[in-house]
Amino acid sequence: MLLNQFLLLAAVLFCVGVYGVIVRKNGVLVLMSVELILNAVNINLIAFSTLWGLAGQVFALFVIAVAAAEVGVGLAIVILIYRNKRSIDIDELDELKG
Amino acid sequence: MTGFVAVLAATEDIPTPDVDWSAIAPNLILMLGGILLLTVVSVVRGRLPGWFHAVWTISVATAAIVAVVPLWQRVQDSGPESVLAGALVLDGFSLVVTATICVSVILAALLLEAYLRRERLGGPEWYVLMLLSASGGVTMATANDLVVVFIGLEILSVAVYVLAAMHRRRVSSQEAGLKYFVLGAFSSAFLLYGIALTYGATGSTNLSRIQAFLADTVITQNALLLGGLAFMLVGFGFKVAVVPFHNWKPDVYQGSPTPVTAFMATAVTAAAFAALLRVYVTTFGPTYRTEWQPLVAALTVLTLVVGAFLAISQTNVKRMLAYSSINHAGFVLLGVLAASAAGDAATLFYLVAYTFMAAGSFAVVAVVGRRGDGHHDLSDYQGLSRSRPGLALVFTILLLSQAGVPLTAGFLAKFYVLAAAVESGYTWLAVLAMLTAVVSAFMYLRIVVTMYFAEPEGEPRRPRIPAAAGLAMGLCVVGVLVIGIVPGPLSDVANDAVSQLVAVGR
Repeated sequence: MLLNQFLLLAAVLFCVGVYGVIVRKNGVLVLMSVELILNAVNINLIAFSTLWGLAGQVFALFVIAVAAAEVGVGLAIVILIYRNKRSIDIDELDELKG
Repeated sequence: MTGFVAVLAATEDIPTPDVDWSAIAPNLILMLGGILLLTVVSVVRGRLPGWFHAVWTISVATAAIVAVVPLWQRVQDSGPESVLAGALVLDGFSLVVTATICVSVILAALLLEAYLRRERLGGPEWYVLMLLSASGGVTMATANDLVVVFIGLEILSVAVYVLAAMHRRRVSSQEAGLKYFVLGAFSSAFLLYGIALTYGATGSTNLSRIQAFLADTVITQNALLLGGLAFMLVGFGFKVAVVPFHNWKPDVYQGSPTPVTAFMATAVTAAAFAALLRVYVTTFGPTYRTEWQPLVAALTVLTLVVGAFLAISQTNVKRMLAYSSINHAGFVLLGVLAASAAGDAATLFYLVAYTFMAAGSFAVVAVVGRRGDGHHDLSDYQGLSRSRPGLALVFTILLLSQAGVPLTAGFLAKFYVLAAAVESGYTWLAVLAMLTAVVSAFMYLRIVVTMYFAEPEGEPRRPRIPAAAGLAMGLCVVGVLVIGIVPGPLSDVANDAVSQLVAVGR
């Protein structure tokens, strides 16, 4: 059935995103990986809306809007860090530990 | 083409739901209060006294608490109801959490006033972000739809990401902001994936409809729903920092400006637990309890044990309090795990009591941190009983309350949660929780002993106690002692609030 293929695609995209968040050291690439996960969610929602009606597509619109706001804040914080440390490598953030 | 014109020419109104403005008054007051503050300040820039922002924020939060009272009466008289076409639910539980969030806004605003003055930082943005974040928390606590839970969570979190990174001169503050942001966004994505799977399995994101669907239908293939439940648990788990999703918490609590840490420990925790409880206990409790309870039980064990044991090995007081808040999260989780009316009431009681304990403790930490917000080592507390006896006494009372000593709020909070867990058949977990409470009591007493008996190296410093911070501490101590000595009113409210948790769909 067609629905399953979309769900599989979303699952693969989700795994790629999770891998990216865990492995990547560059702050911007981590943000992009989070975006991949959110897009996996959108594919899921739209695929399910073939079963259950429009609600899923409306939800996908909400997700897109919120993701844009979130990435805006995230990039602002990354820029702030870059100005102070001249690097956006997440592993180099080691002020806080214990 | 003609079809297109016909569509344009059609004058049918898009159906809109009835908006019951009075039912969402507390949330509206918080949100409009934040936006108005930003507007007013940018219009009359430079002509406002320095205390204006804090007083405005406190008035707005107080007004929101006042707006809760008639709604509470309404719910008591005519029962819980769902408003805005089933998007939000008005019941005792959501109203008490709303009031709790407003109280933590008041306490955090007092701390922030003193803090910003000391650090020579300024601006209304701190208060605006805090009010907007609180409005997101209230949205989350009143949500009756997974979409609304998600949007509330994002409004709450995005504002707090910025607040955590707001201290311009401290790199550790920005580091805390980035760490919180990355893990927060990651966890929201997990939550969202879980919501999508749940939507696929049940055909709705509305909690009352999901509950009704599960009660009516026997699902033969429930892999999707189980996956959804697990992913949502991971998402909520990151937000309330249950082990193994707790790694961010000590770093973020240590790096953030201390008043922001106080806000995170109180408002963010309360809102996230409220949503967790509504989704798992109320919505999936009647039908899927046996599926999620083992998972949550495992998380509770890990959270209690790891939170207590890692706290001992710390030497930074802010990190100690962060780990102790992980241990507290384990106790609250015990109330959620009980999945009964008693468990809900105990959870609510714990959240209210913890608001006073945590806000007060971080108030002391903020004062002792001195300018630069960097003196948080255990050695900075040596000799505090001689240089500032009052401050040491306040911290002692709050720490003893966190440890669960009788006649304080912490004792009863722990007692109710354990009683609810035993009632639901988790005696072994209650015993384990008591053991971890003993372990963390050691950590609290270590701070107390340092304050009273350790010899300071050199002349002990007298940290300045600003009036606003002193007021916040006073409120917290009074709150902790009043709840501890006269628990009747609060536990009555908690019991009334929980009996109406069941959401009603339209």
